[in-house]
Amino acid sequence: MIRFVVRRLAFGVVVLWVVSTAVFFLVFVAAGKPERVIGGPRATTETLRLIRRNLGLDEPLIVQYARFLGRLLQGDLGQSYINGAPVASMIGGRLQTTVVLVLGASVLWFAGGVLTGVLSATRARSFFDRLATLFVLAGLSMPAFVVALLMLYVLFSKAGDAGIHLFEPGPPLQENFWKRMTLPWLALAFLLMAGYTRLTRGAMLDVLGEDYIRTARSKGLPERRVVYRHALRAALTPVVTQFGVDVGVLIGSTIVTEKVFGLQGVGQLVVQSITVGDAPVILGVVLAVALCVVVANLLVDIAYSYLDPRVRLS
Amino acid sequence: MARKNDKRDDEMRDGTSTAPAGPADSRPPSSFLEVRDLRIHFPTDDGLVKSVDGLSFQLERGKTLGIVGESGSGKSVTSLGILGLHNRRNARVSGEIWLDGQELVGASEEQVRRLRGRDMAMIFQDPLSSMHPFYTVGHQIIEAYRIHNDVTRKVARKHAIDMLGRVGIPRPDRRVDDYPHQFSGGMRQRAMIAMALSCDPELLIADEPTTALDVTVQAQILDLLRDLQREFNSAIIMITHDLGVVAELSDDILVMYGGRCVEYGTVDDVFHAPEHPYTWGLLGSMPRLDRERSERLLPIKGTPPSLINLPSGCAFNPRCAYAELNGGKSTEERPDLRDAAPGHRVACHLPAEKRRQIWNDEIAPKL
Ligand SMILES: Nc1ncnc2c1ncn2[C@@H]1O[C@H](COP(=O)(O)OP(=O)(O)O)[C@@H](O)[C@H]1O
Ligand code: SF4
Ligand SMILES: [Mg+2]
Repeated sequence: MIRFVVRRLAFGVVVLWVVSTAVFFLVFVAAGKPERVIGGPRATTETLRLIRRNLGLDEPLIVQYARFLGRLLQGDLGQSYINGAPVASMIGGRLQTTVVLVLGASVLWFAGGVLTGVLSATRARSFFDRLATLFVLAGLSMPAFVVALLMLYVLFSKAGDAGIHLFEPGPPLQENFWKRMTLPWLALAFLLMAGYTRLTRGAMLDVLGEDYIRTARSKGLPERRVVYRHALRAALTPVVTQFGVDVGVLIGSTIVTEKVFGLQGVGQLVVQSITVGDAPVILGVVLAVALCVVVANLLVDIAYSYLDPRVRLS
Repeated sequence: MARKNDKRDDEMRDGTSTAPAGPADSRPPSSFLEVRDLRIHFPTDDGLVKSVDGLSFQLERGKTLGIVGESGSGKSVTSLGILGLHNRRNARVSGEIWLDGQELVGASEEQVRRLRGRDMAMIFQDPLSSMHPFYTVGHQIIEAYRIHNDVTRKVARKHAIDMLGRVGIPRPDRRVDDYPHQFSGGMRQRAMIAMALSCDPELLIADEPTTALDVTVQAQILDLLRDLQREFNSAIIMITHDLGVVAELSDDILVMYGGRCVEYGTVDDVFHAPEHPYTWGLLGSMPRLDRERSERLLPIKGTPPSLINLPSGCAFNPRCAYAELNGGKSTEERPDLRDAAPGHRVACHLPAEKRRQIWNDEIAPKL
């Protein structure tokens, strides 16, 4: 097990390095002229040159890259071009908001999706199954913001009480935490849950037809045990794999939900920074998100290896 | 007791195997296992699949019944039916299954579940796909044992190791923690047998237990089953499409065709003096090491029948070389299962003397 985790960790570090390099060249080289952003429209050529020098942009690219990596290893993400604030501190609180949003929602959608999937597979073609299918279709075809707005609309009178002000950045996360997070969690969970219901239902139906399920029944195990210990364990492996991907993707793309519910997460930050060309912030956000994805995938791999011990043995 | 036995003998003599199982009939039989007029039908979009259609047989403790037939003749459906493993929502099961005085077809699912694994157990064809890939072999045996026995995990583990040793797995104390994919095919089937026998069931159903294995391993597994039967005194139903395997192990043989029994009797009857043309066909297509392939003269022509639309009359008639000898009867009237000799039952319109004559003159010399 330890060897397995170490291997996965080493792999994660390599992934982070590749991402940081790619993003460094993309953002710094392609984004071009930050001195214009910083200096403003009326800056003289001399000012612009000074700014470039201060930022170390007049040095050869390879040196810049080495500096960047060196700082990165010490956990220093640099300063914002716009307001000079340390990127790390700009991201910190926002990343926390996004992670809380995604993790909370992921617990809901995973548990909800798996449970409805199992129930609908074990009661295939029942009323419940048909209802679940309807829900899956609805969930899969609705864009995020529609769901979010719909929820707000339905709960509009309560939205005000919950301290939610549409499209306005809200107060820090700690204020009214549960009241403010419930709706965004539900909105996000609703969207993804449908896919998990469908995935779990399909996997369960496949597994329930397997020979080893027949064996489990032939031993006289109660049906509950057959379904939850034998069938679900095998059916969860594709679901868990998908979960790792979705959590990762979502951490970098909650912008709509954040915007609608007035949460100050990284989604909003990244959009703002791209609009003004604030390269260090963009880079910082991308790296932070990449780190989250790597950690999420590591956790999922570990969970997977508990489900299917064969992956640890090979 | 004596009266009941008489009644059964009467039934056998006049061949009324399809006598409706009225309430008067539903008394527990004296046999350990008695199946009466078992029918297992599956409604499908294409029609009603009559996988098992009026099957009756009995079996005593310590004895082995071999069920043979080509694939698709309803052997597996029968065995799953005895264990109550058909989904009640898509299978129609009727008839009676008496196991040690208890009727199973009319029993509740929970009642049958309690018997499964404890009083009756099953070994499947493919041991790899029949074991859960994510659980160790030991775990799967321990689970089977603890469901029916109120013991600690530790005691159950000792029992599992003991069982693995008894089925001939070397170093069972280590192998108990291995996963099924770490076992070889033969060892896996041994583990499967250990699991099935862990609660000392009185009825063991082996559904083609050697079909998926190498020839050399096949013989070992069959030997093992024979030894274990002596040790545990269980009744065994041995299902196979290979008459040779069945002849070696069984006391009685039941030949199935299209979901029905066409010949039933002792090994001496069915293997050494068979009277049904289909049984002749099975014997003729048996792999024999001492003969050239080309010398086997009686392969069964054609393909197994559709279980939705069985041929009218005798279901075997499109493939039978002797169907013409009955003046159209073979295609019009379904032959009942009748006693050819006491306890030897055959479903064929040919007169008994004619069948014996064909067997002696035409078939036996070629085998
Ligand atoms: N659940 C089911 N629904 C419909 N048909 C079935 C079902 N299970 C088995 N059958 C049919 O019953 C027939 C007998 O199958 P089986 O008992 O497995 O044959 P075998 O003698 O080879 O073991 C096959 O034709 C199969 O298609
Ligand atoms: S009844 Fe006719 S078709 Fe059927 S086995 Fe006998 S001879 Fe052949
Ligand atoms: Mg079969």
